[in-house]
Amino acid sequence: MSSVSRSSQVVHWFKFSSPATFYPLAGKLIPFFWVLAIIFGIAGLWISFFIAPVDAVQGQGYRIIFVHVPASWMSMFIYIIMAIWAGLGLVFNTRLSAMMAQALAPTGALMAFISLWTGAFWGKPMWGAWWVWDARLTSELILLFLYLGFMALQASIDDPRRADKAGAILALVGVVNVPIIYFSVKWWNTLHQGASVSLSKSPSMAHTMLWGMLLMALCFWMYSIAIALMRVRTIILERESHSDWVRTLEGAK
Amino acid sequence: MWSSPTEFFAMGGYALYVWSSFGVCALILVLEPIAINARRKKIVQRLQREIRAEKFDKEGMK
Repeated sequence: MSSVSRSSQVVHWFKFSSPATFYPLAGKLIPFFWVLAIIFGIAGLWISFFIAPVDAVQGQGYRIIFVHVPASWMSMFIYIIMAIWAGLGLVFNTRLSAMMAQALAPTGALMAFISLWTGAFWGKPMWGAWWVWDARLTSELILLFLYLGFMALQASIDDPRRADKAGAILALVGVVNVPIIYFSVKWWNTLHQGASVSLSKSPSMAHTMLWGMLLMALCFWMYSIAIALMRVRTIILERESHSDWVRTLEGAK
Repeated sequence: MWSSPTEFFAMGGYALYVWSSFGVCALILVLEPIAINARRKKIVQRLQREIRAEKFDKEGMK
């Protein structure tokens, strides 16, 4: 009995690894994640600009933290998730996993770009320089190049299955960079400040700042999920365009 | 906390830095879904064209 139920569970899970069943499911989930992203975004921005008090040292300039930190977190999270999907695709040879990795890469690259851009606009008034070759900044720049390299490598190989394999290996090797970014402020003497917020300030302030950052991070999470699902649906249509299910799907429209 | 909108937009002298950061971030988060929708429209139109062509082929043979 138990073996029967277990096998049916396995079937159930693998069902969603088929693009044909995942496509409509993703379509239903997208509006849900957009709504959550907007709610968290409004709440986060409200706290960022109207609740969180002015910083004693950095004045109003510190408010850049509310986009800088969530974007930096996302750039690292997305990379790890992308590498996991790419790795799953390599091991199980499932088409959908590779498509997920492909769908995440441009969003990850944009998050890394936002992180570097907002960092530059924060560094200029606080450090007096748009850019320094600091360990944290340099490793984040390498992350952006890894995303761009992954996208370029996939685009340069005509056979999609071979492109998936080559991209997966690059993505997995690049994972080594993520802990380097995260621990760079501990391992080296960097100009970049240590872990996110200093809790040594007055507690009420740290609390509202932390809440603002967490809500903005949740907004970025929901946005990234919605965007990845949107992009993966487009990639599915592009890559499965000759299959019968796509034909009937678009024919019915 | 802010006594006037002018004070809010001035951001205590950090207007350029704060609004450049939030502005570019907002721009990217708006443009990315638009770009994906354009890409999606392209593939959907291509598929519809192909289906119409196939249908035409079949019916033409009858």
